[in-house]
Amino acid sequence: MKTHPKKLLVIITEAALEAQLAADAERLGAHGYTVSDVRGAGARGARRGDWDADRTIRMEVICDEAVATAIAGHLHETYFADYAIALYVTDCAVLRPEKF
Amino acid sequence: MPLDPVVWFFLLGLAARLLRSDLKIPGALYEALAIYLLLAIGLRGGVELAHEPLLSLAPQAAAALAIGVAIPLAAYPVLRYLGRLSAPDAGAIAAHYGSVSVVTFAVATAHATTRGIPFEATMPLMVALLEVPGILVGVMLGRAGDSSGGRVRWGMLTRETLVGKSVVLLVGGVAIGWLAAPTIAPLQPFFVDMFKGVLCLFLLEMGLVVGARLGDLRRAGPFLIAFGVVMPLAAAVLGAFAGRLAGFSVGGTALLATLAASASYIAAPAATRIALPKANPALSLGASLGVTFPFNIAIGIPLYFELARRIHV
Repeated sequence: MKTHPKKLLVIITEAALEAQLAADAERLGAHGYTVSDVRGAGARGARRGDWDADRTIRMEVICDEAVATAIAGHLHETYFADYAIALYVTDCAVLRPEKF
Repeated sequence: MPLDPVVWFFLLGLAARLLRSDLKIPGALYEALAIYLLLAIGLRGGVELAHEPLLSLAPQAAAALAIGVAIPLAAYPVLRYLGRLSAPDAGAIAAHYGSVSVVTFAVATAHATTRGIPFEATMPLMVALLEVPGILVGVMLGRAGDSSGGRVRWGMLTRETLVGKSVVLLVGGVAIGWLAAPTIAPLQPFFVDMFKGVLCLFLLEMGLVVGARLGDLRRAGPFLIAFGVVMPLAAAVLGAFAGRLAGFSVGGTALLATLAASASYIAAPAATRIALPKANPALSLGASLGVTFPFNIAIGIPLYFELARRIHV
């Protein structure tokens, strides 16, 4: 089975940003994304996730390296200073490269 | 006067969190309870509205809008210059106090119902009307003082607060209650009789949430703690006078005073987090949720009813 290399961009941040992040990702070339509700703690304290203002999401985007770089750069510039946000990029492999 | 059972449920949640109990209300249930409360409040108002002429609505709506605009305008300079907070923080906190807490309103309606104090059927519409302008004014003030956070998408902000779940469910509930008033009886056991029980469960959750935010109070400092008590009292006086002028009954005046005194912790945090990114949510939530919410439900509401009674003498 032949696989194709792609990048997996993972953003863990405040749920309030979800709509904006989705719009940013699509505008910068992502073909899709997956969001899940998560909870945890970090530099900005614990986020228990049990009510609106305290909810955290994890958004995953599989895309080309150029798109991952563009999205990461945009998020760095726009959100890193003011929001609880963690972002990382890893390699991944997919079966249908045209989908991403 | 003995404390209302809803307050005991709140205290139970608070104690559970402070004792680090594993008690947790699942997020989906919290959402469901909130939807139920909003719909039940709207429906009840709508049904009563169907039996009343709508003539009095215009002055009432004008009073609600005036309160929604006046509170953040008054709160902002106090926060900015007396409290020496940054413009985004002052704007965000002003937005929280300009908007309203539906649960505080629900506790006040339960207080009125238990004591047989009637109030206007239009009150749920006042809640919906008061929810939005305070947020917009607070954000405008915060942005006028500091525009470093990128541009505000005003269209999006207005749309999102106007179609936020609380406004949709309150106004939708009123509309359904009004249209379906003659055939609403089968819904009575679910939406009316169960209301107070659901409110108790919701207050249990609020106790847990407030308990988790008490740490924020240390960061908020003595000024914000004092603000969280003085602001609702001052706003309640403003609300009570506006209510009297607009021709509300004693019950309606007390509820309007309660709405003026209450601070949002659902719509305002979501909106200010996006529109005022430089504002620290720990400050606005520490004050609105950590101080004002418990103050209002335990001490404030009975005071506002007494205030309304005296103002009508």
